Formats: sequence, C-alpha cells, structure tokens
Amino acid sequence: MFQIVRKQEMAKGTIIRFDISAPLIAKKIKAGQFVILRVNETGERIPLTVADKDEFAGIITIIFQVVGKTTALMRSLKEGDLIKDVVGPLGRAVEMEKVGTVVMVGGGTGVAILHHVAKAYKEAGNYVIGIMGSRDKEMLILENEMEQICDELIITTDDGSFGIRGFVTQPLEKYLGERDDIKLVYAIGPIIMMKNVVKLTGKYKVKTMVSLNPIMIDGTGMCGGCRVKVDNKTQFCCVDGPDFDGSKVDFDELMNRNSLYMKEEKDSLLFSIR
Amino acid sequence: MLDHDVKYLKFKTYLNTYCPHCHNSFNVEKKDINQIAFKAKYKGEEIDLVLSPYLDVFDIESSADIQKDEVLDDIICPHCNKSLLNKEIVCGECGSPVGEVIISALSALIPFNLCLKYGCEWHGLSKRDERRIKLKIPRQAMPEQDQTLRVHNHQEVPYGYTTELALLEAGRCLQCKNPQCVLGCPVNVPIPEFVALVADEKFDEAAKKIKETNLFPAICGRVCPQESQCEAKCILGHKDDPVAIGRLERFVADFERKMDLVKIPLIKDNTGMKIAVIGSGPGGLTVAADMRQLGYAVTVFEALHETGGVLTYGIPEFRLPKAIVQFEINFLKELGVRIETNMVIGNIHTIDELLEEFDAVFIGVGAGLPTFMGLENESLGNIFSSNEYLTRMNLMKAYRFPEYDTPMPKGHKVTVIGGGNVAMDCARTAKRTGADEVTIVYRRSRHELPARAEEVHHAEEEGIKFKLLTNPIKYIGTDFNTIKAMECIKMELGEPDASGRRRPVPIEGSNFILETDLCIVAVGTGPNPIIFQSTPNLKRNKWGYIDADPETNETSIPFVYAGGDIVTGSATVIEAMGAGRIAARAMHAKLMNGKKGTKKDKKEQVKV
Repeated sequence: MFQIVRKQEMAKGTIIRFDISAPLIAKKIKAGQFVILRVNETGERIPLTVADKDEFAGIITIIFQVVGKTTALMRSLKEGDLIKDVVGPLGRAVEMEKVGTVVMVGGGTGVAILHHVAKAYKEAGNYVIGIMGSRDKEMLILENEMEQICDELIITTDDGSFGIRGFVTQPLEKYLGERDDIKLVYAIGPIIMMKNVVKLTGKYKVKTMVSLNPIMIDGTGMCGGCRVKVDNKTQFCCVDGPDFDGSKVDFDELMNRNSLYMKEEKDSLLFSIR
Repeated sequence: MLDHDVKYLKFKTYLNTYCPHCHNSFNVEKKDINQIAFKAKYKGEEIDLVLSPYLDVFDIESSADIQKDEVLDDIICPHCNKSLLNKEIVCGECGSPVGEVIISALSALIPFNLCLKYGCEWHGLSKRDERRIKLKIPRQAMPEQDQTLRVHNHQEVPYGYTTELALLEAGRCLQCKNPQCVLGCPVNVPIPEFVALVADEKFDEAAKKIKETNLFPAICGRVCPQESQCEAKCILGHKDDPVAIGRLERFVADFERKMDLVKIPLIKDNTGMKIAVIGSGPGGLTVAADMRQLGYAVTVFEALHETGGVLTYGIPEFRLPKAIVQFEINFLKELGVRIETNMVIGNIHTIDELLEEFDAVFIGVGAGLPTFMGLENESLGNIFSSNEYLTRMNLMKAYRFPEYDTPMPKGHKVTVIGGGNVAMDCARTAKRTGADEVTIVYRRSRHELPARAEEVHHAEEEGIKFKLLTNPIKYIGTDFNTIKAMECIKMELGEPDASGRRRPVPIEGSNFILETDLCIVAVGTGPNPIIFQSTPNLKRNKWGYIDADPETNETSIPFVYAGGDIVTGSATVIEAMGAGRIAARAMHAKLMNGKKGTKKDKKEQVKV
C-alpha cells in the first residue's frame, strides 16, 4: 500500500497532482520512466509518468488528467488515502548527455513528464529551451516550475488567454529557423502534437525524441498491448520505450490503437456512477 | 455388489463365488448379509464353514471350534461334495494348502485361491490373475461439468475423482519393478509408491510421498501434459490405456488440502544465508520452498501485483482455480518465505545489487514477451497477443467488467492462431465470455497439436472449431480500424524439419478469407528484455534466453541461477519446477562448499 501524502488540484480540477510515498521507487526512478498504478482490488492497471521525485523524502510526484473511470476515482481520493499497488520504475530512462541546446516541447498533461526530463537535461549541463502549450490559461500546469528549469520558456495557448496564441509548433518553427545549434527536440503531449512536431523537425533534420503513451496492462513487456510500429518494426513501449526517435514512429497507427477502448471506458464510468 | 467387496479387493471386481466343478454358487444370505458357505474337513471330521464375503478364513464361522493358526484338512463344495483343494500351489504367505473357488469379476470368471489356515490373510489371487483383473478395469474418467453448461461459467471443468474412482484407478497400477513412469516425470515423482498408498486408502501418506519430489501436486495434477510424460511410459499403455497418474495426483492433493492435512514443516537448521528469487511462477516457487526448507532466508520478487506467475495470469480459472495457487503460496508464506510484489527486478534492483544483499539469486522470470507474426495490419484493434488476452481475463478479471475496471475483449467470431495449451485456453475463455463461434487456426495437422490431449478434447466438446493446416497471411480491417477478416492459406505437410516435425508448406492459390472480429495470436513467446537491459554480462544463448549450465542451472554470473522458460523457452509448469529443483540443489551444494571454498582460497592466497 502506498500513501498519498499530498494532493493538489490543477486546471479547474481536471488535472490532479499526487505526491505518493514510495521510497524505493523514488530512489531509482529516472527521467522518462513511468509507474503503473492500481487503486484498489477491482481496479485496472494504468501507466502514469512521473513528473518529479524526492529521493530523500521518498516521494514521487504523478500528475494526471481526469479522463476515465480510474482517474475519476483517483480524484476522489484524499491526502492520507492509500493506493493498492504502485509498480516502477518501468520503461527505459532517457539517455541523458550533454548535447548543447535542446528544445523541450510539451502539451497538456505531457508537461508533467516534460518537467522531469527537462530537469534532467538541465542538470546534465544543456541549454534548455522550453515550449509548452495548453488549451487556455486555466489548463496550464507547472509553468512556474518550468520557468525555473528552462533557460528560455515560451508558453502558447490555443485561445491566446496566456502567452502566444496558437500551437507549440509556431514558436518551435521560429527557433528552428533562427538557431542552428539546436541538437535535440524532445516532445511529449497529445499524439497529434507530437506528430506535427516531428513533421516540422524533419524539415530541419533535427533529432526528435517523443515519449509515447499507448494502452498498457502490465508494463513489464508481457502483454504486447502497447505495441507501436517504430521504423516498421513492432516495438513494445513499456520495455523498448517509452521514448523513441520520433521520425520513425507510426503516429497514425498509435492514434488508432489508443482510441480502441472509448466505448468500454464510457461503460465503465457509467457503471461506477450507477 | 457389496460395498465391502470394493474395500477389500480394492477394485469393484468380485461379485459371486462358484464351485470350479459344478458351478453352483457358494453364496448364501445369512443375517441379512451375503456370506459364503462351504463344507470342510477339520481333524478328520466334516464340518460346516461360513466365510464372510471377503473370502477370508480369518472371519471364519464354523460348527467346530477352530483355533488360530490351525489348518483345515480340506474344503468341500456343499453341492457336489468334491474337494476344492488346489494341489498345485500353496499359500503365498504361510505355505499351507489352499482351496480354489471361482469368483466372477468384471464379467469374467477368475480362479481365486483361499488359504486354509485360520488367521492367514492371504488373498490368494495369483499374481497372474491379479494382473488379469487389473487389466480388465478400464481407465476411469473424471466426472466433469456438463459441456453445455460449462461454457457459461468460469468454474473448473473436471470435478476430480471420487474416493471410489480413485481406488478403482489406483487398483489398475501393476506396481512394476522397474517403473518407467518415474523416468518420464521431470521431477521423478515416486509414482508406483504413491499409487499403492492410494490403493491402500492412505491418501494423506500418498500426498506426502508425492511432495517428497513435487511440492505442488494439486497444480501439476491439473496442468502437466501427463500423456507425453509419465503416462506415456506406463506399461499398461502399451496394450490398454495407461494409469491416470495425473488424476490420481490431483485427487490426493485435493484430499490433503480439503481435509486440512497439510502440515507446515519446521525449519531446523538456519544457515543464516539469504536467497533472492525473481519471479513467483512455478520455477521460483519451487526454489523458494526448497531453499527455505534447507534453512535459507528466501525473498521472492514478483513484478505483478499478484503472485503465481503464469499460474495466475496465464492459466484460466476453469483449468486451475486461483484459490489452489493462492493456497500453495500461502503455504510458502507460512514456511517463512518473504514475497514482495510490484518489484520489477532489473529496474528497481539490478542483479548486481541483489548479489550484494543475497548469497545467491534465482532468475525464474519466464518467457513473457509475446511474439507476433509480423503480418500486414497487425496493429488493428481486437488483435491481441495471447498474453494480453489472458492477462486481461485472468489477472485483471476482465470477464467481470464493468465490476472490474479492465475492459474485456469481446468478439462474436473469435479466431485463435496457434495450437498449444495457451491457444486452447484463449479459445475456451472466449467461448465462456460470449463468443458465438471460436476457431483455432493451426498450420500443422491434428497429430502435431502441441496442446495437452485433454485440453483439445475439452475444447472440442465445448464446440470450438479447428481449422488445421491453415496459416494466416494478412489481416483485413474495418473502417474503424478493428479486424474484420483474416486472409489464410491452406498448408500441407512436407519433409520433417530439425525438430522432427513435418514442415508445413503452403499450397499455392488456396487462399481464402476467414471472417473474424477478434483475433488472438498464441504463437509462442520470447525472452523478456528487462533483466538483460541492466545485466549485460548475463550470457544468452542463440535464441536470446539465458545460457545456464544444464547440470546446475548456474548462469555465467557466479551464484546467479536461472530456470524455467527464461532458459528453455516456452515449456511446461513441471519442467520449470524441475529446473527450480536442480537449481536449488546446486545452490545449496555450492553455498555449503562455498564457505569452505572461500577459506581454502584465503589460505592459498596467504601462501602465495
């Protein structure tokens, strides 16, 4: 059993932050790795990326958007409540090295992971440019934390209620055009955003890493549910990823696979309400 | 038929007794019980003699006073007054003269010899006739759930033997001097000994006997492929059906568990050493139990939230009830084995880190990585690996969706690719969760199906269709990116390949479309990469599995052992248990010698 030591609601209660006491995982987890969590006995296993960790306090921070039954259930949990299972760290850590200037692109809740990865890149001695986007001002998360990490930070909103109006690709294109010392772009967010980022960086031939979030059950390489096509080969996101070279990922296929359980998700939510 | 006949002769064989000369029956009804009346000569006088239906002279009731250990002179038929004395043989126990009667057993008439010494309990069935009777008992079937009902529930299919059936089946064993069945068993269970104990109604002792070499008979009795192991070697099987060893194993294990006779052994000698076991599947559990009983402190690390490995996530409830798996694991916990779930070794602790804390490590992580066939459109929705399908169903209990949160994959026309036990499990699970039609697609013929015969039989009973000599070549999707159909090609068997099986060859132009809305790929598994990612110095064989010494199961890293599917590739539960046993033995030997060894090494170092 794992205790929630702190809970914070963000973005009008649609995004929740949990600080969970998990000393062993906190000690081991690296940027880009994720955990799998099962709230109770009848719960499903859901993968969640870790936004931060505190090795000394033994705490990991997870940030998630309320989208389905399990996340709705998690929102109802209070500080001090227990979570039945937390497994991790899972996935391969981001290969961290000093490359020079990196651009960190994040959208929506993807910023949560981006935060952890950006922090690691910064610690490795890179010049970090952050670009983060959201629907509107209310949905922005971790902007203060990102501000502290990044050497430069651009914020975009779809409706222009904060920062630049538009999508993350616009400032990214500007940077790619202006600076030729950008060695790496790291993108995390909605699949469509990652797809567009990869399309853009492809033009400028800049290496782009993306972090994928397919449907997953066990997270240990066993089920094959998280299979994605990378470089025309089937790869398992949980053991071969979750980070892949964006230019090789088949995003359309990923999008199709991620929308497979829409109906079941609805049924499950209805059942829990009833 | 009388109940005590069964008890006494251990098989339902003995019905009536006849005179070998006039063929009249000796049976009389006295005191509401069937008894057997003779005339006899005792000390020169003719007396009347009544035997109990057991045909045992010990239970004598006579008109003269016969003392114990005294011998009758003769025994005579009351109908034709001829002597029944059989001069050709004497009692096998005491050497006294014997009388011969005929008993009817299993619709055959068999001569039965009767010792004339009062108090001698010799049954008097000559070895040859005993054998003949045994050969006449057919292999006993297990009572099981009705096939039309069971496809609507997830309860176990066979109910297991009743005591009567178990006694009858155990009575078939010939008790061979050189038992071949034992050689066929990967852990060499003393089969004739335990079957004899069953025949003697000592079920408790029988269970203990099995547990000398196999710790989990309730599991093995259910999931071992006996027909290719112990039962394949049974002498009876040459002419007739072999003894149902697996069913008897299951019976005694269930008896022991249900009667609450399982005792937790006392751990006497604590070695003070610690063992880490990675994976709580059959291999890991065997190592844990063995090493704990040898006095080591054992910690089992399990990656999932539930223990049992393949026994829990893989094998469905209707084939191996999860309560049984949990019972065995609780037994380990009571032994003092520590079990830590949610621990993905390789990520949370590396092997090197474990070696700092533990004296030896056993890797039993199984071959968990699913294999896909690499066909076109493999990423369509409703194409599952067997692992995902079974994990959802068994581990996450998706068949109880939405009570449980994990969604259940549903289909009307389900196709399962593959012919192993896993394929059968998937097909039967699909049938139970509302599929109208389930088809197994296998590229070889029926003869080559790798699944247990019983599973194939059960699958067929449940209405699962087999498309043999067929191979899928392409998936076809709907507009909503789910599977609609599968293009298949017919195969024929060609020349035998390296594995000795005839290689299937596609027949050109025989393509056809098989409609399906849920496809489960059960074509085997590969090695999980997690352990190797953090332990690059762990030597692997050409298939990517761990290279372990077959004698000791030690890997290229000293004090790190491995066994089960991660060494052999997909195999059976009992083979993993066998590997675990070998590793435990070698581990114990090495750790015991290791102590001395290190001292010696130190001395040698000093000399240098």
